[in-house]
Amino acid sequence: MELIVSLAIGVMTGAGVWLVLRPRTFQVLIGLSLLSYAVNLFIFSIGSLAVGKEPIVKPGLAANLENYTDPLPQSLVLTAIVIGFATTALFLVVLLALRGLSGGDHVDGQEEQP
Amino acid sequence: MNEVWSVLEMPLQHLVVAPVLLPLATAALMLLLGTRWRGLKATLNLASTVTGLVLAVLLLRRVGVGDAAQAFSLYLPGNWPVPFGIVLVADRLSALMAVLAGGVGLASLLYALARWHQAGVYFHVLFQLQLMGLYGAFLTGDLFNLFVFFEVLLAASYGLLLHGDGTARVRAGLHYIAINLVASLMFLIGVALLYGVAGTLNMADLSMKLRVIPESDRGLLHAGASILAIAFLAKAALWPLNFWLPPAYAAASAPVAGLFAILTKVGVYAVLRLWTLCFPIGAGASAMFGSEALVWGGLATLAFGSVSMLASQQLARLAGYSVIASSGTLIAALGFNQPALSSGALFYMASSTLAGCALFLLVELLERARQVEVAPPQLDDSREALPFFVDAEPPAGTNLDDDEEALTGRAIPAALAFLGVAFTVCTLVVAGLPPLSGFVAKLAMLTTLLYLQEGAGWVLFALLIVSGLAAVTALLRVGMRHFWTLQARPAPRLRIIETLPIGLLLLGCLLLSVHGDAALRYMRRTADTLHQPGRYIDAVMGARPVAPAELVAPAVEATP
Repeated sequence: MELIVSLAIGVMTGAGVWLVLRPRTFQVLIGLSLLSYAVNLFIFSIGSLAVGKEPIVKPGLAANLENYTDPLPQSLVLTAIVIGFATTALFLVVLLALRGLSGGDHVDGQEEQP
Repeated sequence: MNEVWSVLEMPLQHLVVAPVLLPLATAALMLLLGTRWRGLKATLNLASTVTGLVLAVLLLRRVGVGDAAQAFSLYLPGNWPVPFGIVLVADRLSALMAVLAGGVGLASLLYALARWHQAGVYFHVLFQLQLMGLYGAFLTGDLFNLFVFFEVLLAASYGLLLHGDGTARVRAGLHYIAINLVASLMFLIGVALLYGVAGTLNMADLSMKLRVIPESDRGLLHAGASILAIAFLAKAALWPLNFWLPPAYAAASAPVAGLFAILTKVGVYAVLRLWTLCFPIGAGASAMFGSEALVWGGLATLAFGSVSMLASQQLARLAGYSVIASSGTLIAALGFNQPALSSGALFYMASSTLAGCALFLLVELLERARQVEVAPPQLDDSREALPFFVDAEPPAGTNLDDDEEALTGRAIPAALAFLGVAFTVCTLVVAGLPPLSGFVAKLAMLTTLLYLQEGAGWVLFALLIVSGLAAVTALLRVGMRHFWTLQARPAPRLRIIETLPIGLLLLGCLLLSVHGDAALRYMRRTADTLHQPGRYIDAVMGARPVAPAELVAPAVEATP
């Protein structure tokens, strides 16, 4: 499972970085979203990956990482998702504003001169 | 037990969290007011900003006056025991930064009240949220909480940068948002790695845990710390991560650019706070990790900023590059990890923040003077009153100086005189020429560097002097273009409320130099606390939750 998760993070980061470096604003937006998914998965996996373990303490079961999964990365991811979503939405608005003002979708507001 | 005493104690106890809660409450209230009531919102904003500054000054007095035992004020927002809950910590550095943020905020707001606050509906709300993010980032003692406050201040700064609209702002805003989103993602990766290594997010706890991490985790720790540092240094405009700054700051409206003068300092603050806590001398194999990178990165930034100042044609871009140069100076000086050098650097931080804000506010007024120059003269009969330095004959009996020029008696329009004086004072502070605060700061750093006797130290010594020369050359050139070629044109029209904040900021610089001794002593104590993280750790880990006396009553009610 570690291999699959790390591959997923790697592929999304690679695709995200490539898209962020593209000259079209929408590609940058999608790249930022992919990067933020990758980062969220990364934070999630920092608390050690486990199947079928809860973060809530049950009576009679010692509270350690053998029996439970770490709850803190989950709460961090939740916060990061909310913040990332809001700022990406803001980026989308600015993207549309630039498109309206410049009439194109180049990140610099104008096409490069050959 | 003692009712009166607890009532008196209450406000003091909550003083640490008050600067964060006040702007939040004000912003929420202003959102409820909707899009109308601009006058009321302006009044609310002003009242809240002034109160915030007063609170910050109270905080500074509380932690700054007295001995080392009183140097820390702690607040547990959720009343959880320390390593588990979020903790707010006010030490001398936090209080100093909070006062700077409050001062710069007040000046920018006063300036905005003249004209700019009418350019957008939510200016006042965004302004308050920006202040909340700033105060929060300076006061928090928790790594993830720092991320949240960073995002609050960044989100507000995106809105403020776009304030006033226009293609240039939207284009610069797009770049600014993209860069900062990527930097925030780096921040998250760094935080996650540190958490993975140490298992805590409390900065003081982190500092303790990092001393005993197994050798196999050290590589991961260094990678995480480096990624985190990249996020902060991009914010602090370290070369080569600073290409976004000049266009963004030049495109921002004047009061917003003035407020942004403190934003790069947030990055510097975060680096300083975490670096001194995580990698002090006593941190074993990780001691002083990244010191060289900070020093040489700072030196490169300083050189880059100085050369770019010389090369820039617009005053707004020049001001942006001066912010970069001051960032470079700070990071390089702090990277040496010498308390004496750090105290000079902290003094420089205070002085350069105030002067940077004043310079950004002056940019627009000076540009307005130039626009007047292009526009047709409005009042022909006012030409008599304008100064003619070239052809004027001194009247008989006036005092003449060495060059046979009259020393008294010429009517210079008040606006032009104000602009000239303010610009000169700004130049003196930014370039670090005597007798103002910039000189005191640079002298303090230069003196220490002489005793340091180190390779990088000599480079910083030389660069500090050369950068002062570059700054004075660049600013003088701009000054000549703006003031000496303006003789036959009508003077620009300024309002009192536009000149007041600039005057206040420069008065701050003046006070810093007049009370330079006291200020330097405060900075020295700040630097001493900073470079001995043990005291910070003891203070934070020693904080105890308030005993839940109030909880007894509900518990009794719940039993039957």
